[in-house]
Amino acid sequence: MSGFLDLFRPSTYGKLPLDDGVEWFVKDWLVPNFRPAFRAIQAPVDALLDSIDGFLQAVPFPIFWLVAAILAWRIAGRGVGILTAVSLLLIDMVGIWEETMTTLAMVITAVAFCAVAGVPLGILAARSDRFAGGLRPVLDIMQTIPTFVYLVPIVMLFGVGMVPGVIATIVFALPPVIRLTNLGIRQVQGEMVEAGYAFGATRRQVLIEIEIPLAMRTIMAGLNQTLMLALSMVVIAALIGAGGLGLTVYTGLGRLDVGRAFLGGFGIVLLAIILDRVTQAMGAPTPAQANGWTFRGVARSLLGGRGQKAEAAAGQ
Amino acid sequence: MQDKIVVKNLYKIFGPDADKAAELAGAGKEKDEVFRETQGVVAVNDISFSVQEQQIFVVMGLSGSGKSTLIRCLNRLIEPTSGQIIIDGADVTAAGPSELREIRRSKMAMVFQHFALLPHRTVLENAAFALKLRGLSKKDRNDKAMRALEAVGLGAWADSLPSQLSGGMQQRVGIARSLAAEPQILLMDEPFSALDPLIRREMQDELIGLQRDFKTTIVFITHDLHEALKLGDQIAVMRDGGFVQVGPPQAIVTDPADDYVRAFVQDVDRARVVTMGSIAEQVEPIVLGRDDLASARRKIAQAPYSALPVLDARGKLKGLLSEGALAEGGRPHLERLVPDEMQTTPEDVSLHDAFSLFAKGEPVAVLDEKGRLAGIVDPQAVFSHLSGGDAPEEEQAEAERPAAPTAPSHDAA
Ligand SMILES: Nc1ncnc2c1ncn2[C@@H]1O[C@H](COP(=O)(O)OP(=O)(O)OP(=O)(O)O)[C@@H](O)[C@H]1O
Ligand SMILES: [Mg+2]
Repeated sequence: MSGFLDLFRPSTYGKLPLDDGVEWFVKDWLVPNFRPAFRAIQAPVDALLDSIDGFLQAVPFPIFWLVAAILAWRIAGRGVGILTAVSLLLIDMVGIWEETMTTLAMVITAVAFCAVAGVPLGILAARSDRFAGGLRPVLDIMQTIPTFVYLVPIVMLFGVGMVPGVIATIVFALPPVIRLTNLGIRQVQGEMVEAGYAFGATRRQVLIEIEIPLAMRTIMAGLNQTLMLALSMVVIAALIGAGGLGLTVYTGLGRLDVGRAFLGGFGIVLLAIILDRVTQAMGAPTPAQANGWTFRGVARSLLGGRGQKAEAAAGQ
Repeated sequence: MQDKIVVKNLYKIFGPDADKAAELAGAGKEKDEVFRETQGVVAVNDISFSVQEQQIFVVMGLSGSGKSTLIRCLNRLIEPTSGQIIIDGADVTAAGPSELREIRRSKMAMVFQHFALLPHRTVLENAAFALKLRGLSKKDRNDKAMRALEAVGLGAWADSLPSQLSGGMQQRVGIARSLAAEPQILLMDEPFSALDPLIRREMQDELIGLQRDFKTTIVFITHDLHEALKLGDQIAVMRDGGFVQVGPPQAIVTDPADDYVRAFVQDVDRARVVTMGSIAEQVEPIVLGRDDLASARRKIAQAPYSALPVLDARGKLKGLLSEGALAEGGRPHLERLVPDEMQTTPEDVSLHDAFSLFAKGEPVAVLDEKGRLAGIVDPQAVFSHLSGGDAPEEEQAEAERPAAPTAPSHDAA
């Protein structure tokens, strides 16, 4: 009976060599033809990562601790300031300071590239329904495909090490900032944009004077999500040779050293909480926005111009 | 007066097959029919009108009648499907992108229903918005914006954020923003609809003042008839994308073109719209020095009323002379008869504001700008104008006449 029904089963007649096809596509076509292009992507990531990591490792702990705590306080209020100070002390006390700084450098690098690529892509998507329609399935795939699947081609293209780890992180963390930039700009009220054009603004002026400032909260929410995704990638990135806290977890796992694995996780969680709180406060319409998103406005809110407002808002 | 804006055969059709829809609309099909056949929405349907310099042109209509679309066609925020828009003799529909931006920056400004102020900018920065786009230096644009803010009474709020202001104040910022560039034309799409009634009335008064000071021509959209009557030099009533009637406020109220307009105006207090000048009747006055007693008697007998105004030789109103007074005291000299005091009013006063002048039940003299007699209004005429709203003019005139002959007989008794 089953022999009969097997007649209606495609695999009875042979196998579609999809795996061979992909292998050929990546190994024999993508890698040899585009290696220079991928190397070109690699260079700026490498440069930025190196300088941030070098800088963070070079700053003495007490200075970093003080600056970070004050920044967190000015941006997100007293509570987050204290939280940051205590967390950083704990991280150093348990002996994972260097790893934490490396992870922080990786995350900052990844988020910087996501912002540089993602915000313009999001703006394009907001301006063109066709572009948005084409982009959506790509973003869906980026978010649903298991990370391990694209680790292999990334290793083939970029080798192993910190930079491929960061590149994998960028691929994984990019979608939210694109999606939310697109959403934020589309949500800007029609009348606002109309007002811009009615007073004779060019497209560019409408974008800079109206759309981006009004979409800023949503864009910041996207960056916050991107940041969180980037942090969740650090352990996986360690699989392809990235260092930092991910490596601590990974080696702990390999040696069944529960304590070490826990330490890595502990550092990641504390880092995540601090970064989340601070970036969320940046997106809320508090100090920086009250002072305007200009350099002076941000500087003023950092240096205390309207600090009480920030605290009031943080206390809500 | 010169035509500031001339619109000729303007169409705007939203939807896939604009050409086909335009053809059908041009052939006189209704908006619904066109939509059924082509899925195209005829939002503006063959509209032509002109607005004179420094006038307020009000467009009124129900929701969805195409008012916003029409006003956005004027500065081409919405691209018209066909037709011409001519401003100061130049065709705006033919302007290229940079030319159009220039027109929007300096010639035509817009005020929005929900203010559309930038929340992250101060009141001053908002007011300076158009000037910034134009590339003025910070000092210049802040000076000008500050003057505009002071004109709307918000100078003290320059450094606040819009969210710290009430709705009425926010719309004042909106108006200041549009005035800062000293435009010749203001386009206002339901600017006061989001405000509560008291503030709204205040803003209307203020707008009239600002319009005089800044000498702007205004196209004003509203769905509030009272607002239209108060502000409009001309009112256009819009329905399904077309103008049903265009005319001065009083004509809209007293002489509605069809049932749609009639339904709009039926609740209007006519006394506030109809002016004394418009119902004044011309009479032949008694002129001192030219008339004698006999001719005065004859004039009164022919007049629809039992009394006539008396003018001196230079045409100045001396008072009211009734038939009774003329009959009294034998045959004195006309000059020696002292006429009764006569109430007077300028032409543009509404019946509502003139009511108290009729306290004695006597006719009131209507004077033109130069103080000359333009006509007189009998109390009877006021009542028939207020009551017989829908009656045609002729009938009203008939209704008045029988009153005249009865008066002398009363005197004779
Ligand atoms: N972008 C658009 N696409 C399709 N149809 C539109 C569009 N904008 C307006 N319309 C249609 O055009 C008609 C006129 O709309 P418009 O907004 O001009 O009316 P309105 O008189 O301003 O109404 P309201 O008093 O509600 O503001 C409506 O039937 C509307 O559905
Ligand atoms: Mg509208």
